[in-house]
Amino acid sequence: MTITIKVNGAARSVDADPDTPLLYVLTNDLELKGPRFGCGLAQCGSCSVLADGVEIRSCQTPISDVGQRAITTLEGLPALYAQQRKLPKAPDLHPLQQAFIDEQALHCGYCYNGQTIKGAELLSRTTSPTEAQIRDHMNGHLCRCGTYPRIMKSIQAAAAKMSKEG
Amino acid sequence: MDDAMLPPDRAADGAATLSRRGLLKGGGAMIVGFALGAPTGALAQAARGAKAGPPDHQAVDTWLAIHADNTATVYTGKCELGQGNQTGLLQVAAEELDMGMHQVSTIRLDTNITPDQQATSSSSSIHRGAPALRAAAARARMELLARAGVHLGVQPGSLEVRDGVVSVRGENGFRKVTYGQLLGDKPFNVKYDGTAPVKAPSDYRLVGHRPARVDIPDKVAGKYTLVQHHRVPGMLHGRVVLPRGQRGFGVGAKPVSVDEASIAHIKGAKVIRKGDFVGVVAEREWDAVKAAAALKVVWRQGEPLGDHNSVHARLRKDKTVDTVIANVGDPLGMMQKAAFVRGSSYQCPYQSHAPFAPNCALADPTGEQLVIKSPTQDVYSSRKQVAEVLGLPEQKVRIQFFEGSGTFGRSCYEDATQAAAIMATETGKPVRVQFMRWDELGWDNYGPAHAAEVRAGVNAEGDIVAYEYDGWQHGWTVTSTVSDSARTKAGVERANGSGSITVNPISTGSMYKIANRRVTSHGAPMVNYLRGAALRSPLDLSFAFASEQTIDELAVAVKMDPVAFRRRNIGDERWLGVLDAAVKAADWKPKVMGSQAESGDVVRGRGVALGTHHVSYGAAVAEIEVNRKTGVIVTKKLYGAMDCGLTVNPALVENQMVGQMIQSVSRVLKEEVTFDDNGVTSLDWSTYQVLRFAEHPEVTPVVVQRINEPSTGAGEEVMGATAAAIANAFFDATGVRMRQFPMTPERVLKALEGQQRT
Repeated sequence: MTITIKVNGAARSVDADPDTPLLYVLTNDLELKGPRFGCGLAQCGSCSVLADGVEIRSCQTPISDVGQRAITTLEGLPALYAQQRKLPKAPDLHPLQQAFIDEQALHCGYCYNGQTIKGAELLSRTTSPTEAQIRDHMNGHLCRCGTYPRIMKSIQAAAAKMSKEG
Repeated sequence: MDDAMLPPDRAADGAATLSRRGLLKGGGAMIVGFALGAPTGALAQAARGAKAGPPDHQAVDTWLAIHADNTATVYTGKCELGQGNQTGLLQVAAEELDMGMHQVSTIRLDTNITPDQQATSSSSSIHRGAPALRAAAARARMELLARAGVHLGVQPGSLEVRDGVVSVRGENGFRKVTYGQLLGDKPFNVKYDGTAPVKAPSDYRLVGHRPARVDIPDKVAGKYTLVQHHRVPGMLHGRVVLPRGQRGFGVGAKPVSVDEASIAHIKGAKVIRKGDFVGVVAEREWDAVKAAAALKVVWRQGEPLGDHNSVHARLRKDKTVDTVIANVGDPLGMMQKAAFVRGSSYQCPYQSHAPFAPNCALADPTGEQLVIKSPTQDVYSSRKQVAEVLGLPEQKVRIQFFEGSGTFGRSCYEDATQAAAIMATETGKPVRVQFMRWDELGWDNYGPAHAAEVRAGVNAEGDIVAYEYDGWQHGWTVTSTVSDSARTKAGVERANGSGSITVNPISTGSMYKIANRRVTSHGAPMVNYLRGAALRSPLDLSFAFASEQTIDELAVAVKMDPVAFRRRNIGDERWLGVLDAAVKAADWKPKVMGSQAESGDVVRGRGVALGTHHVSYGAAVAEIEVNRKTGVIVTKKLYGAMDCGLTVNPALVENQMVGQMIQSVSRVLKEEVTFDDNGVTSLDWSTYQVLRFAEHPEVTPVVVQRINEPSTGAGEEVMGATAAAIANAFFDATGVRMRQFPMTPERVLKALEGQQRT
């Protein structure tokens, strides 16, 4: 059946069974590179997207459950950031993405879709998170390469930059 | 890196895109040349990728191409797996060529294009991958200078190069010519033999410095093309069908019956069989996932497997092949004369590669070659194995490497590659296969379990006088589950054999001056254990966990600080260098371990240890907290030091060290493959636990740079030291030794309970 969902600011119609997880629609029908399959069990966070600004696991979200919620993937994150911060135009990268580059944080980077989405969710709520808040907030996102310390530093650096910019 | 960030003509897909370069950039001359059939640059470039490799190892053109715009493409034989090796290899090439990092790029590995440098394993990218590239680049520079000398009318010896611009020394750039002008897209047609002069380390401008990783910006932006991202028109989605969790090695996955009608209700779903291999394909991915779950298969059961708790006792009882790995002096006799002898037995688990992305591959059978995009660590070996499974000549198979996630050794990438190849061949259509989480965790080639018996003796002055290490494990497989199934082989007869992995003598006491030392490896037959293969820092965590705790016990016996004790016994300045660097970073305060045990529910401890893999030198200090009520260990801080000779890029090595040390925490505290008689039961992230974000320590990596020593590996050499430092810190905190890892809360509580009883 044809289902219309709102992804990165545009209405997209796809022909899919209603029980199809959102992840497969994003990766196969819309050919997005951000969300990706990690476990299919909502245990790891590699498939994360934002739904009305709230992080969800697209591997366990049937397409029929998306409804009117606005889906933002990694690709749409800079534009969402501009909207949230009332900037005249979207930057190339979300400040957290820039911080990941500055900290040379990642190894393979497979989990960084989820790390970025989840970290950006936190930064949309507070630009002065404590270390304990960051640890708690990010705890559902696994990194097999062991880059957690640099994700921590990157979130702190992005937060500092965002709070300086107001 | 993503195709989009490369100039279009440098994309991995040879002919079509390269000939476009001729049209777009080469201009009329090249098209005329093409028409006349003369060997022009465009033709030479287009020829790359047209036929099956490997190209001639000694030809400079195999490694480098200089383009008209004064840039260079570097062809390496080592895969980017997230370790940043492409950046390091580019530094090496750019250094010898005297080009800038902005002028050089690599392409992905491809069996039609890139050289065969064997597997990207054992931390070999720089260690064994760079020397050939360095020699080829030095020869290339020599050739370019010879041509520049002719062009400028001077002797090559009077020339200097900066950023690919050759000029006459002392003329301030009055006479100059670029590499691009000298060679632009034409082949070198020269071979290297290692005699072209290479730079002295003291002249390095790029090597030893910290250029940023070339792959990170696109990875962060979501623009990097992973193997998982590929889609081609008319493609089917495939899934393998395997029992949930492997049984013993040799049982394999043998279907007794397959009920194809059980997926008849799923649109377009079809069963694919070859020998014992079972898979499903469908047009839509979700249908393939559902079909794989719904397909009713009765599997052959085979022997009961036993369980993960009894495997160590079984290893020690098994009929083993015994190899004496090191044997000097008279350890048994000297043990009797020692002032103190300490020893114990140790149990170490099976652990999984557990790549964060389940392996995935896309095979396209519609051209002259079967083209497979694969996340393999060795493109040429994968090509050979696929050819064997399908009964094709190797030249009919083309493997193109695309990164998946960190794989840390032989995870199921060969299985995914072969499964895609089988399904594409059977359907005649491109097929993309992705493993499910339970396939990957249940059918991994696990890092083998290990049992150890260690004894060591010390004299009253604090010299280690005798050391004995006995280790038990089974060997590694060389085949994959899918190839065994498709060829209806049990795999056992092709296994590497009982002795394929032996106790590593480097990790078992070799860092100390011990005049009487024996290390013995007991190799168990592989039948009806789990599939085994190299997992990052193969068994080094186990060796270090057992050996370095024993060393620590000797220090306690003679009431010495463990750092002072190690310094006294270390026989090599490079081991001393890493130990000193780690304890300096940690601001180590000398003490006898366990002598200042805290009271209360949460107690703190510090530990130190040494370790490596086969090369390089690693040391670590760990600070931990132990909750005596819950049994939970929290690693608070880690300090690590590594000496890998000439460190091409200290930033890359520091990043690798952080990852290694975190992964080591995960492995020593949490990771364990569990199984019962019916097979492996740790099939997802709740049953196979890895370290979580909230649990991670702060990590301080220190690189001990030695620019005049050859580069050695840096991807796994501080893991053993980290694991052992945590174990030693546990004793410091509690006064109790842990003889088994992972050090889970249950095991900790049990160990502490034993202490209270005594």
